[in-house]
Amino acid sequence: MTMTDPSPEGRFGEFGGTFVPETLVPACHELDRAFRDAWADPAFRTELDRLLADYAGRPSPVTECFNLSEKLGVRVLLKREDLNHTGSHKINNVLGQALLAKRMGKTRLVAETGAGQHGVATATAAALFGMDCIVYMGEVDIKRQELNVFRMKLLGTEVRTAFSGSRTLKDAVNEAMRYWVSVVDTTHYCLGSAMGPHPYPWMVREFHRVIGDEAREQCRKLLDGGVPDVVTACVGGGSNAIGIFSGFADTDAELVGVEPAGGAAVTRAVPGIVHGSKSYLMQDEWGQVLEAESISAGLDYPGVGPEHSYLASIGRARYIPVTDAEVIEAFQLLARTEGIIPALESAHALAWVIGARQELAGKTVLVNLSGRGDKDVTQMMEILK
Amino acid sequence: MSGALESALRARRDSGGKCLVPYITGGLGDDWVETVRAAAAAGADAIEIGIPFSDPVMDGPTIQLANDRALAGGVTPQSVLDSLRNADIGAPTAVMTYVNLAFHGGYERFAHNLADAGVSGCVLPDLPLEEIGPWADAADDAGIETVLLAAPTAPDDRLPRICERSHGFVYGVGLVGITGVRSELADSAKIIAGRLKAVTDKPVLVGVGVGSPSQAVEVSSVSDGVVIGSVVVQRMLDGGGPEGVGELVAEFRAALDSM
Repeated sequence: MTMTDPSPEGRFGEFGGTFVPETLVPACHELDRAFRDAWADPAFRTELDRLLADYAGRPSPVTECFNLSEKLGVRVLLKREDLNHTGSHKINNVLGQALLAKRMGKTRLVAETGAGQHGVATATAAALFGMDCIVYMGEVDIKRQELNVFRMKLLGTEVRTAFSGSRTLKDAVNEAMRYWVSVVDTTHYCLGSAMGPHPYPWMVREFHRVIGDEAREQCRKLLDGGVPDVVTACVGGGSNAIGIFSGFADTDAELVGVEPAGGAAVTRAVPGIVHGSKSYLMQDEWGQVLEAESISAGLDYPGVGPEHSYLASIGRARYIPVTDAEVIEAFQLLARTEGIIPALESAHALAWVIGARQELAGKTVLVNLSGRGDKDVTQMMEILK
Repeated sequence: MSGALESALRARRDSGGKCLVPYITGGLGDDWVETVRAAAAAGADAIEIGIPFSDPVMDGPTIQLANDRALAGGVTPQSVLDSLRNADIGAPTAVMTYVNLAFHGGYERFAHNLADAGVSGCVLPDLPLEEIGPWADAADDAGIETVLLAAPTAPDDRLPRICERSHGFVYGVGLVGITGVRSELADSAKIIAGRLKAVTDKPVLVGVGVGSPSQAVEVSSVSDGVVIGSVVVQRMLDGGGPEGVGELVAEFRAALDSM
């Protein structure tokens, strides 16, 4: 299969849609029209490609991990999204959306953030384009990601605390949506993952597809025209995973999404509707959304982007949970063997490779190293004390 | 289809009056059903019952707080409906909640449960026209009136389609924003009321940002009446109880009756 566009109603199979308050429906329609128009416009694509190259530093390399590969008996390749400007894959989507917002005449960006990676990327784009920016972040995450909060402030962004609910990513999304409902005329909601109402899941995938397209070409050279046996990435909302999967969906490569055990929406496979789309969702017996629990603020989310639910439902990708303890091990192992400190989010994908090394023996695995771990060092210092 | 909700609101309008629909958070305090009865006795034409949801994105701080308190007290959709069954409210009721609570156990079952509890209508603010189909079919089959919201941001060609599919009444959203009391009525409140009145004969009630009797009177100069939420729930949170909420509703009733 190849990853196709969603239906006009924004569906991937039965998943997706536009489940938003009536106030936001015209904005979603406007965004859909604007994105289709921009994405088909060579001038827009050229401008975005220029920004991705000259500002964000693309293409990001693929690094072969010789030491780790020898240790595991699995050939491990890393797609180095950690080397992008702002330290993660998030910049791909944010530059696309900010450019689009400017084209639509919006003067302000609002975003949610978990670990702060998307918040920092949005704050960066806002600074670059001279736009006002507000980022909502859960109170719990503000405490565990102090550095990124300061970074956003340095970039001129106003960081607002989400005090409601679990005070993590889910609640930051709620607050960002509530704010967007109030200022929808002037403000673009720069959603940070491949989730939310149509056209976000599709648009965010298209902005991240550059990860998969580059990696496909890089693997072709590295693997004598071939593709890796397995392509894997961590999944919270699922933006970095959908980006790298989109480059390999039409190949024989197995696609594996790795979820935190405490936020394993796809593994549990119960459909629900929240934050604009129908997708797998962690919920109680009544349909109340459960609070996720993960060491990684960026994956601390009870839902998942709708296209992941679709890929799981048709069997094209499989999704596997890993524990916080496995993630802590993987985080340290990559640092020691390869001299690369991964983001805790990205360490989930590595943790699965390490845990599944017998099953993967002799195979080539491409891991999307979605971000770097600088932001997690303080938290890890506490954990490893 | 026309049910008890629309009949009651039309009856008020046809007699020259303005409709008053207070919102009460289901499960907030032990005496919330009594509060519902008190609101009806004080002159409400119908009552909206909120079923608390974990992620109420359309609601401001007051209703969020009420939600959280009720959920912490162990309220469930079933416990709210069980309390309403045979409660002898004295006015038709409509449930307001978020779509996942209806979707989770299946739309047919949820619609049936509402009907079984004697509820007349249902408002699902995160289920817009484009997505309403499967729910609306299930609700129609169970005899539940699905009330749709119409927001100030809607283009003109959208409003007749919303009015066509809405039953019970058409819920005009008074401002571009979430629920909560504002110091002044937004200009958008009367504007959306007028735009809706121009395209439908169904009762047009405006809610969101209508927080005082004078604001209710102001918007009802154009609309057929109002929905009042946060101001009522705040009274409940402040410990007003059935008596306090009854007095509040009576103030709104008197103001609207003086028009």
